[in-house]
Amino acid sequence: MELIANLGHGFAIAVTPTNILLCLIGALVGTLIGVLPGIGPIATIAMLLPITYKLDPTGALIMLAGIYYGAQYGGSTTAILVNLPGESSSVVTAIDGHQMAKKGKAGTALAIAAIGSFIAGTFGTILVAALGKPLTQVAQAFGPADYFSLMVLGLVCAIVLASGSVLKAIAMIFLGLLLSTVGTDLETGEQRMTFGYLPLADGIEFVTLAMGMFGFAEILRNLEAQSSRDIVSQKVTNLMPTRDDLKEAAPAVARGTLLGSILGILPGGGAVLAAFGAYTLEKKISKKPQEFGKGAIRGVAGPESANNAAAQTSFIPLLTLGIPPNAVMAVMVGAMTIHGIVPGPQIMTKQPDLFWGLIASMWIGNLMLVIINLPLVGLWVRLLRVPYRMLFPAILFFCAIGVYSINNQPFDVVLTAFFGLTGYLLIKLGFEPAPMLVAFVLGKIMEEKLRQAMLLSRGDPFTFVNFDRHPISTVLIIVSAVLLILAITPALRKKRNEVFVED
Amino acid sequence: MSFTRRILMVGTAMALGIAGAMAQAFPTKPITMIVPFAAGGPTDTIARIVGEHMSRTLGQTVVIENVAGAGGTTGITRAARSAADGYTIMMGHMGTHGAAPGLYPKLAYDPQKDFTPIGLAAGTPIVIVTRKDLPVKDLKEFMEYAKKNEKTINQAHAGSGSVSHITCILLNEMMKVDPTPIPYQGTGPALNDLVSGKVDYMCDQIVSVQGQVAGGGVRGLAIATPSRSPSLPNVPTTLEAGLSMFQVSAWNAVFAPKDIPADVAKKLQDALVKAVTDPATKTKLEGLGGVVPDAQRASPEALATLVKTENDRWVPLLSRKVKQ
Repeated sequence: MELIANLGHGFAIAVTPTNILLCLIGALVGTLIGVLPGIGPIATIAMLLPITYKLDPTGALIMLAGIYYGAQYGGSTTAILVNLPGESSSVVTAIDGHQMAKKGKAGTALAIAAIGSFIAGTFGTILVAALGKPLTQVAQAFGPADYFSLMVLGLVCAIVLASGSVLKAIAMIFLGLLLSTVGTDLETGEQRMTFGYLPLADGIEFVTLAMGMFGFAEILRNLEAQSSRDIVSQKVTNLMPTRDDLKEAAPAVARGTLLGSILGILPGGGAVLAAFGAYTLEKKISKKPQEFGKGAIRGVAGPESANNAAAQTSFIPLLTLGIPPNAVMAVMVGAMTIHGIVPGPQIMTKQPDLFWGLIASMWIGNLMLVIINLPLVGLWVRLLRVPYRMLFPAILFFCAIGVYSINNQPFDVVLTAFFGLTGYLLIKLGFEPAPMLVAFVLGKIMEEKLRQAMLLSRGDPFTFVNFDRHPISTVLIIVSAVLLILAITPALRKKRNEVFVED
Repeated sequence: MSFTRRILMVGTAMALGIAGAMAQAFPTKPITMIVPFAAGGPTDTIARIVGEHMSRTLGQTVVIENVAGAGGTTGITRAARSAADGYTIMMGHMGTHGAAPGLYPKLAYDPQKDFTPIGLAAGTPIVIVTRKDLPVKDLKEFMEYAKKNEKTINQAHAGSGSVSHITCILLNEMMKVDPTPIPYQGTGPALNDLVSGKVDYMCDQIVSVQGQVAGGGVRGLAIATPSRSPSLPNVPTTLEAGLSMFQVSAWNAVFAPKDIPADVAKKLQDALVKAVTDPATKTKLEGLGGVVPDAQRASPEALATLVKTENDRWVPLLSRKVKQ
């Protein structure tokens, strides 16, 4: 009952004209930067910080939060239309979403992504409001050993589910892990694999790698087969999903929402793991796994719901503990401190207006996003009809701006071009970029957590399976081992091959 | 190639000439302040608060550009190499201008020679924090505990070269304790594991930990300043708690590239002093737990001295402790 009273209080704050307007602005800007490849929420929020100086803190945070989850909506648009994941969490959306677009079902994919995101966002928001405090305890229970084992599980899933050759998938996973170790050693400060080159000292940016491997490489591949896309764009049929589509997607939305809500609480790789895990799950339990990778609607609905649910629940550590779980939240903490609000466990009690107002606005924002995005589906799909000679330079242009805006570093643009060429070669040779990108994202966290766990246990490798000290880690390792064994049994391998042969 | 280069050189010379001639009118376009850390962090927040006030005095916007990397040295290197016309300034800090030469042997700049000091903006004191269930009451007991449990005690820090890393090196040196340092990717994750009790203690800036200390997530043992902070009035100073030598504050200061025109430097210095002495700005900075300098301590001369004393303090210690 207290919850309803609190939410009522929150809605009273969130629906004031100013705050509604700020929420709308945030959602719109978020959608826009999500659609523009490479321009991420961090750079945008940092750029918009000065505007918020004049606002009251609640309004400012409502707007900034809107940008964050708006970008999650928008990010899937480019992933589906042009195979260009703007956010790490939409890498998996690109796999089946883009295949759907190639089959003329871009509208369906976009609409399902929007609807799934809205349902997930609603559920995630309720979860934050009702169970924020106890869920914090869950996140707190995860120590370095447990995180490491979770990442191991993630990598095992990447092997099990990659298409084509297992060996090639494993090779790509190792390449991703290797790339993630470029940069300054966390512990010693020593530079690794930077060739003494300063711009590499902080490692490779995810966006640089993703824009190159997906965006640039995809454009190169399309230039080669000039006619194919034109045919694709002409047979765009229905914009909205049919009743059958909805029926097919509904269970995936539900599963994705649940998985995303849980994983989103974990700081760090939560949203990526959520999207990726949801895809894995859908593929595993599907009766028609052979459709995955070729435009399965569940392959879009699951991960899209998961990443949006995770985007909502990732506010939990920020709101209940005041500890930012990712770089976007860190900028929001900066916004709070500029306004004189000290982030910490006391926010909920000392700033109830901010806490409940923000939560209520998150639901309103999600509602706005689905209302904004559904009519836009038709517009986005029409973008596919833009001739390539105009679309490609435009994509490259925005990619270059986006990549540059991360660190204001020209070298990153060059690096993206390099990854574009590499990605093109790899695709030609039958290596898929998706497992590599997942390994790259997980690798950074994995190494950090591995070293922390080893230091904390004073070098004991069995710390991960020490049930008394790390029960969560032990269970995760056992699950990973079982999955790995299943993966290498011949029967499953045969099935997997059916599932993942790429065209 | 050489022709292009010549054109570029002539162009640069002309631009410099124009900048010199127009110094009277400085500034005629927005000023970029490079912040060598990610948006949202303590240095970024201070830069934005100070920059906003300086914009009003100078009549041109001070644009914050975050160029993070390599403990802040990436951004400072770039800022040091930019045109010496006053349109590119930077928010340097204890790490980039005090400790960096001891951490990075191949550092591309000399903190004492390659900059025009503009002035000190604000310092954020260091707080020693422990997990809330560590069986000690105060700093004295903690020092004994740390000594006795040297083999098992874990000290978190926010990554090699970070403020929390180097300040705890100094603390450990003074406590004569050799704990196991656990590196994290930033203050957030480190603090997270301290709150959940997976590590035992860390040192960090008051702005990053005050919420957790006030909310009871972690325990604040001592603040490394001569007087208590209004933000955490219950946390004793290191003077009171019995480790008076441990006096550390993560200072943030504005620098320009070396050899900027004297009148331009003067305008920037005046704007900075006006910003930090403005009551509203001061209140904001103090809300972060910051210590705001008076006009005298914000002067360029005081800053030059500070850089020198900080280099003398950190470089020998870190060369010995970090690069072995």
